[in-house]
Amino acid sequence: MTDFAHWSEAVRAAAAAGRSLRIRGGGTKDFYGVALEGDVFDTAGYRGVIDYDPSELLLSVRAGTPLAEVERTLAEGGQMLAFEPPRFGEASTIGGVIASGFSGPRRVAAGSARDFVLGVRVIDAQGRDLSFGGRVMKNVAGYDLSRLMAASFGTLALVTEISLKVLPRPETEATLVFDLPEADALDRINRWAAQPLPLSASCHRDGRLWVRLSGAGAAVDAARAKMGGTELPAHEAQPRWDALRDQRDPFFAADTPLWRLSVKSTSAPLGLGPQLVEWHGALRWIAADLPADRVHAAAEAAGGYATLYRGGDRSAGIQRLTPPVLSLHKRLKQSLDPQGVFGRHRIHPDF
Amino acid sequence: MGKPEVLPDPTYQVDRAALIRELAAVLPPTSLLYSTEDTKPYECDGLSAFRKVPLAVVLPENEAQVQAVMRVCHRLKVPVVARGAGTGLSGGALPHEQGVTLGLSKMKSILHIDPVARTAKVQPGVRNLAISEATAPHGLYYAPDPSSQIACSIGGNIAENSGGVHCLKYGLTVHNVLKVRFVTIEGEVMEIGSEGLDSAGLDLLALVIGSEGLLGVVTEVTVKLLPKPQLARVVLAAFDSLEKAGQAVANIIGAGIIPAGLEMMDKLATQAVEQFVHAGYPLDAEAILLCESDGTPEEVAAEIERMEAVMRASGATQIRLSKDEAERLRFWSGRKAAFPAVGRIMPDYYCMDGTIPKRKLAEVLEGIDRLSKEFGLRCPNVFHAGDGNLHPLIMFDANEPGQAERAAEFGSRILTLCIEAGGTITGEHGVGVEKINEMCVQFRPDELDTFRTVKRAFDEHGLLNPGKAVPTLHRCAEFGRMHVHRGEERFPELPRF
Repeated sequence: MTDFAHWSEAVRAAAAAGRSLRIRGGGTKDFYGVALEGDVFDTAGYRGVIDYDPSELLLSVRAGTPLAEVERTLAEGGQMLAFEPPRFGEASTIGGVIASGFSGPRRVAAGSARDFVLGVRVIDAQGRDLSFGGRVMKNVAGYDLSRLMAASFGTLALVTEISLKVLPRPETEATLVFDLPEADALDRINRWAAQPLPLSASCHRDGRLWVRLSGAGAAVDAARAKMGGTELPAHEAQPRWDALRDQRDPFFAADTPLWRLSVKSTSAPLGLGPQLVEWHGALRWIAADLPADRVHAAAEAAGGYATLYRGGDRSAGIQRLTPPVLSLHKRLKQSLDPQGVFGRHRIHPDF
Repeated sequence: MGKPEVLPDPTYQVDRAALIRELAAVLPPTSLLYSTEDTKPYECDGLSAFRKVPLAVVLPENEAQVQAVMRVCHRLKVPVVARGAGTGLSGGALPHEQGVTLGLSKMKSILHIDPVARTAKVQPGVRNLAISEATAPHGLYYAPDPSSQIACSIGGNIAENSGGVHCLKYGLTVHNVLKVRFVTIEGEVMEIGSEGLDSAGLDLLALVIGSEGLLGVVTEVTVKLLPKPQLARVVLAAFDSLEKAGQAVANIIGAGIIPAGLEMMDKLATQAVEQFVHAGYPLDAEAILLCESDGTPEEVAAEIERMEAVMRASGATQIRLSKDEAERLRFWSGRKAAFPAVGRIMPDYYCMDGTIPKRKLAEVLEGIDRLSKEFGLRCPNVFHAGDGNLHPLIMFDANEPGQAERAAEFGSRILTLCIEAGGTITGEHGVGVEKINEMCVQFRPDELDTFRTVKRAFDEHGLLNPGKAVPTLHRCAEFGRMHVHRGEERFPELPRF
């Protein structure tokens, strides 16, 4: 077992001094959040795969391990991180991937970053070295604190090691393109998703719908025949999905604030501004300078919530929580990190 | 072994008359039971060796009544134990002697099905299978399928984070629930998750699912529905050693196949089952595997071919493929009947629910075999091989002096083996009261302290399901064991595990 005594000491010292630690892997997601406060606590030095066994579908890894190294390791075993986290640069670490909880195009079919977390080792706000979850597929002993770490942005604990479920890469993929206005595209993709078709991703922008199929060759062939559309050659399709996943699609280059709306997939077009739709309609990116209240209200009316993902004035908050849920967040934060050592104000102005 | 020792809990001093008076003021008469005659049927759940009679049973008809009950119990500092269908196997719904059992059985409406968005909004008392039945006309179903799915409720599934034989491919409850409304002990309604695929702030849904009724009482659930696969077929393969069967499991997954189900049974289990249900299992095999493929006909045909090739290369002595749906169900019938079958040849069995890394399978099974000889007790093994979830069944006769104690010690050593192999004490049955002591083995005091810290953020006074899931330090100083006695198991007609 690695000795985290020096990290524990650093956490305790920060708590004693009333300082906050800003846990940071590669720093590729510094654009996100309400505020970046506190002393940078760099985890990038603690890297390396602890255990990888393709037949266990298990990867245990140190938090500072570069995402690129994780992906290379898995590719050698014919496997992948099925939630397709965005890659914002070589510095990106697996710790940051899990802390952000960001998930890419395949999330709609395979599940999110949190869905693949099996266990974590953390240093808590008292500097204690703790483990939750495990390295097995099924484990219901104790509260699921390991999955709670996903999307917590370093606000609850310092994650040092992570165990993840990994999946085989699909045997075959194909991409179909359809020229359809947004409302028709939303209807079409949701109706397909309700049928046993091997859909693994979709994207709609500027009157065009891209659909990716993944799976056994026979299943992809059958779906292709059934769905129609125009097939995009593989050498064009892969770069397109990569660009979408890594947010290098020209849509994401806009100089305006970027809103991320997580909504019910069948919600009618929101009409808020220039938009890119993923996850069969459940994820809608909007690049426009809009009054925050208007965007939050639109997302809530569509069964979900909005996040001011990048740019704009984030000082008043990037998401809107209902009063009871906000109060529960504060109690949980207060319980686990009473001194506010971890990630102060990263995800909410109140804690 | 005998009855478990349940110590009286001095923490709660409840004025029963005042409690009943206050509950009567907020509930219709048919929703409040307090005579022993009426409350006794609620004295246990599926783990019937633990029994306690609560002060009262409330059966609210709606969320407002749940809130009202919670407010009363919060004000009077009365423990609240939520109960779904009462099929749980770890005693999670065991009543509290100073408490109220809050049954959700009257809240059993399917509120809304959206076939295009592929979601269903249901009340907590809806049975797991009822969701799939109601959505079948749309070609959709709710994926997690615990073996008790004809009776267990979705609220209970949330509490236990239930799995099923298909969870390697389709996930557990936590992977298939979008949104939950729950009532806090203060009587406040919380809505977590969303109708999208994630939610704002922290992932409280992950925390609440599997929390065994310790954080809140669920009043409404929105689940994700999946398109029903067009076809499923199962391969039955026999092996002349457990090692080869274990290796075949690793080889299948190593070959990039994620079967819809992948189950293993050893020779003792196969023989016990075969004389009971005649599933057609080979009796001379040391282990059999059931490996299911589902999807489109094209997909299934291609996958079955690959599965069979891997089985052959792994040394299978016999391979059979289900010809039709009837034969597929017959192959599964033996697996599902394993527990009742063992119950027919031995008066008592003690069931374990450990999960281990699959590569440790042969090692752990050898260890169990060694222990079986050491203790002089037979122990058939059935397990969800695909996800390493073992269900060893220690057979004994409680009427034979010393056997029950030996079985308890044997079980303890098996759980220790699981923990030593890097596994866990419970893969799917939950901790409840049954494995509360083993929590002290799996987790260190600081980790248990963190669980208690989380609990306080939701339930400051510890009124929700006290004594379950997370042991006190005091509790960790004690140690007891449970077993299932034939005839005591409730719902014996339900397929188990």
